[in-house]
Amino acid sequence: MDFVRDLFVNLANAWTAWISGFMPAWLATLVNYLVVGILLVLIPVIATLALTWMERKVIGRIQNRPGPNRVGPWGIFQGIADAVKLLIKEDIVPDRADKPVFNLAPLLIFIAAALLWTVLPFGRGLVGQDLNIGVLYLVAIGSITTISVLMAGWSSNNKFALIGAFRVVAQLLSYEIPMVLSMAAVVLFANSMKMGEIVEKQIVPFGLALPLAMIIYILAAIAETGRAPFDLLEADSEIVAGYFIEYSGLKFGWFYIAEYSNLLAVSAIATTLFLGGWRGPGAEAAPALGPFYFIAKTILVVFLLMWIRGTWPRFRIDQMLALAWKVLVPASLANLLWIAVVVKLPMPAAAQWAFALAGNLAILLATLTMLGRAAKRYAAA
Amino acid sequence: MQIAVFILLSLITLGAAVMVVTTQNLLRAALWLILAFFGIAGIFILLHAEFLAVVQVLIYVGAIAILMIFAIMLTRNVMDPTQPRFNRQWGLVGGFAALLFIGLTAIVTRISWPVTIGEVPADAISRLGADFVGAYTVPFEIASVLLVAAMIGAIIIARERE
Repeated sequence: MDFVRDLFVNLANAWTAWISGFMPAWLATLVNYLVVGILLVLIPVIATLALTWMERKVIGRIQNRPGPNRVGPWGIFQGIADAVKLLIKEDIVPDRADKPVFNLAPLLIFIAAALLWTVLPFGRGLVGQDLNIGVLYLVAIGSITTISVLMAGWSSNNKFALIGAFRVVAQLLSYEIPMVLSMAAVVLFANSMKMGEIVEKQIVPFGLALPLAMIIYILAAIAETGRAPFDLLEADSEIVAGYFIEYSGLKFGWFYIAEYSNLLAVSAIATTLFLGGWRGPGAEAAPALGPFYFIAKTILVVFLLMWIRGTWPRFRIDQMLALAWKVLVPASLANLLWIAVVVKLPMPAAAQWAFALAGNLAILLATLTMLGRAAKRYAAA
Repeated sequence: MQIAVFILLSLITLGAAVMVVTTQNLLRAALWLILAFFGIAGIFILLHAEFLAVVQVLIYVGAIAILMIFAIMLTRNVMDPTQPRFNRQWGLVGGFAALLFIGLTAIVTRISWPVTIGEVPADAISRLGADFVGAYTVPFEIASVLLVAAMIGAIIIARERE
């Protein structure tokens, strides 16, 4: 029973003990690193297969149609059919493309997407590498995506791809700032950048104490993953597909996998930072439940993002940048300032939580009031 | 083992840096520069300065290199590979670069660097943070004032004339 209670960690320990029986210590370490690495690299692929199906079903339901329903029961094998289709497609490289850069871009974007999973804790002790700079690491790896998108857009030698790349820079750089500021609020509140420790600190999920930071993070995360209503970088109806317009076959597939992996990753980060990660009823006594709570919460956030995608029209680029610079950045700065003051006040933890929540709600209210006034002025003019 | 990794990282960094100044295509030069930045980040990790490594990737790769590429893309004709690589001032600039290299080498080899003995402390980040708002508050604040001044200057230059 004790074995089952912490099943995954015990399984890993048993595996290490088993391979150490006939391997030298350094080889066992190497094999373990390889196994964990392969598991983490598999996540993006699994995410793509599962989330494409889920997205089509969810959006289909929102648009009052059944969604995929031909391949397998409820169409669950649609993703596999699409993967096979991508694999057998011809690999086309534009004539005047910058070939090395063109070929490197999809690889780089996939590497960045896979690396994000290193620091995410799936349960207590179930983390690739619990870096003590975990949150900063996530931000740094996220910025590699921008480069690969720029490389793809420029090397394709296509005007739509280039416009897409330009939009990417404007969008990703602008939304990185509110995203980092809202993560910084959590870091200040948890007093740690270690992902595992941030989860341990959340006796009550931080989303309840810092709702504003959570809202800003989720909005910025939608923009960072380039999904509707912030999908200007690929806007099908304006610039056809943006930066990956010239890619075909498996190289397009890498972009697709990276996109869905990033969708799952930002949801997992939101879960870890704001929704208590793997915490849940009974997870203390039986840590094996942790990963299930973690996945359930992550899927919930993914569903929220799909819901937003299915129901909101696309923003114009100036509106989108104005939202980042004039609304999200000031609000998250004010929030960060307030949290910095609150965590230094000498009072019990519960009072700090209450103060943080009050400040968050006040800033949220002020932001919404100002937005409402601006909307009225805009409607009158 | 550490020496081997160090040599490998140094070769990557230096090789990428050489490509930056010799490649014809400006955008590829910027991409080589990114590889050089990654090499430096790797050296930081080798020195147990993970924070600096991540900041190196975040600031140099994630922001500075991207802005460079953006500037290159907005400049006309520089992406044409038939453009000459050097202009008339290359001799002068090369001379100054050589002078700078000699000066830096002289400084680096003569100073006795304070080397800590034993392990790097585990809480290096919190000590770095504490020092920024403790012993080194004034230099830190001066650096941020400089950045604000640069930002205001850029806004004034880029502002539309009325």
